[in-house]
Amino acid sequence: MATVIVITSGKGGVGKTTTSAAFSSGLALHGKKTVVIDFDVGLRNLDLVMGAERRVVYDFVNVINGEATLSQALIRDKRVENLHILPASQTRDKDALTLEGVERVINELHSQYDYIVCDSPAGIERGALLALYFADHAIVVTNPEVSSVRDSDRILGILASKSRRAEKGMEPVKEHMLITRYSPDRVQRGEMLSVSDIHDILAIPLLGVIPESKAVLRASNSGVPVIMDTESDAGGAYDDAVRRFLGETVAQRFIQLEKKNIFQRLFGAEA
Amino acid sequence: MSILDYFRPSSRPKATAAVAKERLQIIVAHERGGARADYLPLLQKELLEVIGRYVRIDEDQVRVELERTGDCSVLELNITLPDQAKTPLRQMAVETTD
Repeated sequence: MATVIVITSGKGGVGKTTTSAAFSSGLALHGKKTVVIDFDVGLRNLDLVMGAERRVVYDFVNVINGEATLSQALIRDKRVENLHILPASQTRDKDALTLEGVERVINELHSQYDYIVCDSPAGIERGALLALYFADHAIVVTNPEVSSVRDSDRILGILASKSRRAEKGMEPVKEHMLITRYSPDRVQRGEMLSVSDIHDILAIPLLGVIPESKAVLRASNSGVPVIMDTESDAGGAYDDAVRRFLGETVAQRFIQLEKKNIFQRLFGAEA
Repeated sequence: MSILDYFRPSSRPKATAAVAKERLQIIVAHERGGARADYLPLLQKELLEVIGRYVRIDEDQVRVELERTGDCSVLELNITLPDQAKTPLRQMAVETTD
């Protein structure tokens, strides 16, 4: 049986797709058979961020409608073994997803994979609700910014009331907080909510902190999940988060401002 | 920060993160209590029905407003009674605490 993980946030533009690409690649790099599903029907982008956009033939909606088999629609990742991508449809709207259809696809994937990662669209409508419905774990992606934190809280409420686990009275969805676009220097200057501020409000365990990083745009520019950029701060932070998710004890990095050396101090060099 | 920053006039802005946290704590606490204000349209409709049993009244003569201050909400009902009732405006304020 696979473990179903939803990458969610409520608010758009906080890094759900970046996280889905990085996290699913990370799980696969650690030897887990992983499939990542794009639930953003009509605005698919996971394929682009993962560099698979030219290999999309069939999509999630085709499979639901029986126009293609699951194995026809699954794209094997070229870089990482054990990783498959199920792209969203670009031409349909979110109502093309049905609960029964999604359930059928997830059930079929269950026997073949260790992890099913669901990349949720923004908002709290059908696509987002279906992305989180079957989840065992939820990674709530939050920026240190008021609207993002408020929306994350809203999503936590939905996970606790509208997920399958909630409806069936099962053990609740395990929630994880992933803070992205974090700038320790701005936090130190009192310009940005700190990890502990956000934790005080959302009150769920911290999976990791991804620092604001130029590597993220570089990665999406070239269609390579940022976790593959092992030299980069963001790539390292995602790998830490994956390891923690898999049960390793990894100390948090990127929360404190790192001490600059004399040259960086003098010339204001950026990392 | 580079060495040049030390020579710039210091116009350090007030720390806004603390303000953000406080605002978030208030709004999130309100929203977790369920969508409290959702019943307002129904309340307005039912009030109209009740009052309509005694006085002829239009829909726009009942106004329901909710104002939140700190940990307490004030539900304000403004009912404009027609001329025949002699008192043109009667105001009731019901205080509810969260």
